[in-house]
Amino acid sequence: MSVQIKKGEFFSLLGPSGCGKTTLLRIIAGFDYPDNGKVEFDGKDILPLAPDKRQSNTVFQTYALFPHLTVYENIAFPLRLKHVDKEEIDKKVKEYVHLVQLDDHITKKPSMLSGGQKQRVAIARALINEPRVLLLDEPLSALDAKLRQNLLVELDELHDKVGITFIYVTHDQSEALSVSDRIAVMNKGKVLQIGTPYEIYEAPATRFVAQFIGESNTFPCTVLSCEPYENEFMIKVDVPMLGGTVSVTDYDALEVGSKLDFTVRPEKVRITSTPPRSTNKELNTYKGIVDEPVYSGFQSKFYVRLDNEQKSIVKVFKQHTAFLDDGPEIDWRDTVYVSWTATDGYLVKDTDR
Amino acid sequence: MRKLLKPREREQMLGTAYAFPMGIWFTLFFTIPLGIIVLYSFLKRGLYGGVEWEFTLDAYKQMFNPSFGRVVIRTLWISVLATLGCILIAIPCGYAMAKSKYQTVLLFLIIIPFWTNSLIRIYAWISILSTEGFVNSLLIKLGLIDQGLKLIYNNGAVVLVLIYMYLPFAILPLFTTIDKFDFSLLDAARDLGASKLEAIIKVMFPNIKSGLSTAFIFTFIPIFGAYTVPLLVGGKDSTMIGNIIVDQVSKTRNWPLASAFSMVLTFISLVGVFWMLYNGKREQMQSKKTTQQSLEQNIKKHHLIRGEK
Repeated sequence: MSVQIKKGEFFSLLGPSGCGKTTLLRIIAGFDYPDNGKVEFDGKDILPLAPDKRQSNTVFQTYALFPHLTVYENIAFPLRLKHVDKEEIDKKVKEYVHLVQLDDHITKKPSMLSGGQKQRVAIARALINEPRVLLLDEPLSALDAKLRQNLLVELDELHDKVGITFIYVTHDQSEALSVSDRIAVMNKGKVLQIGTPYEIYEAPATRFVAQFIGESNTFPCTVLSCEPYENEFMIKVDVPMLGGTVSVTDYDALEVGSKLDFTVRPEKVRITSTPPRSTNKELNTYKGIVDEPVYSGFQSKFYVRLDNEQKSIVKVFKQHTAFLDDGPEIDWRDTVYVSWTATDGYLVKDTDR
Repeated sequence: MRKLLKPREREQMLGTAYAFPMGIWFTLFFTIPLGIIVLYSFLKRGLYGGVEWEFTLDAYKQMFNPSFGRVVIRTLWISVLATLGCILIAIPCGYAMAKSKYQTVLLFLIIIPFWTNSLIRIYAWISILSTEGFVNSLLIKLGLIDQGLKLIYNNGAVVLVLIYMYLPFAILPLFTTIDKFDFSLLDAARDLGASKLEAIIKVMFPNIKSGLSTAFIFTFIPIFGAYTVPLLVGGKDSTMIGNIIVDQVSKTRNWPLASAFSMVLTFISLVGVFWMLYNGKREQMQSKKTTQQSLEQNIKKHHLIRGEK
């Protein structure tokens, strides 16, 4: 498997903990050495180079700020190593301190800074060498949710300002989806899919990607028929757990009889207390009972137990908006109808196992 | 009416009570003997040992005898050399131990020699270094030399054996501080352009400073007062202050002079300890000061924002 990262790109490595994304980053940085494989930079093999000879700098998960040095000295550290003259160092450090908005804190030691401030020092220190690639190892994981959101936006702005390549390691899919130009989804040391956030979310390549990114309802299925439909193909699949045939569209023609996974995202499923009225012919509708409603502020999540032999559960998200056609409020044990159109579901290969 | 004590005061009283037996012990067996030494150093020497109750500075004047001066200088350089040797060997040892999977085993191996009497360990070195000893017979067998080299009864042997004896005292404090050191800082330094050596000198050393000064004190003070090692493996010109004290007590029977030399040893050790305490305090003060500054800054800012509103 080979990954190519373009110049100036915000590229994320996304995967569950222990999937090898940090190891990959450490190999790129030069702290770890792979058993086989190559890391090329501008077409040149950089594996023989020590970390200090590579054109990348790292922002560590634990920040790794030098506790004996002040903010100023931490940021000046790479320049002092290069014996840059004093005035030049002073000018540049102040420029980068300003870039990360730490002007008031330059005389403090790292132990006196908040998590977010430490993070910024780490970023300024990594950028001052003007690397061509900035490696970020879960830089926001130690911060609280609100701060994480703010820093993520700042990071995105910073990327636009400095214009170098960012390689960002994270296990948080929402972080990756919101800032990346492209994402590589990894599991168990393998890259499963590389694509834009939109592609990863809307067209996951494998069952793992579909389940790891966002939430999904996934059921095994068998292809029954495949016919051209507008620019795509209309595929009928037999989904035993849903108790029947489901129509779904796909860009590729699929062989009749192939075993796949049928997936539909909970937010694409509609939940109503009366049978849905729709002009869409390819609407898949199922009747069921609300097994458990979960209220979470801006939306509710419903676990609906279908009225069939398997008693399968379908997850549904419902936004709390006040549309006229919302109907009466849905509660526990209500009989409901869940429905989705053929274009909202998709088929994925179960290649992970 | 009986006055009721606050819980805090009661705790303080109890604390004093708990410390009482220890206080008596130290007064009887430490403070009083030390007082006697101080007192004796200012008294006139008795003809056959002991002292006469007459105040004099004779003992301190005698110390300026050039032959004693040579011993003091020798003691200093041997101590500095042996201490540096200990620390230089202890740093990589502590590093390796902190990184090792077998920490407990290694720690155990370092402590084992303490279970053997130090005299026995010194005699072991004598049998290793002597003219017909292990090293020489090995070198002769290998055909590298014809005659046994003179490896023992000189200052080199004194330094070597002192390093051996006090190495654990340097390794243990260094190991504990290096073990707490965050090794990802070394990765960070390397990433930012430091070579391996630069990373260790510029990032690791400043962060294990407390371990380094503890190791220094723990080795320098006992080495400075060493007595058996120079006596057993040293030559004619290996006498150290410790040997003078013993000679003055047992042979020359000049107790005031022995006391005066003891005072010198105690004084130099105290300087070392105070230096260490002062270093620790200063670091604390510094961090306290900056915390306070940042607090004040925050308060000021807060007022500013509120003022603007």
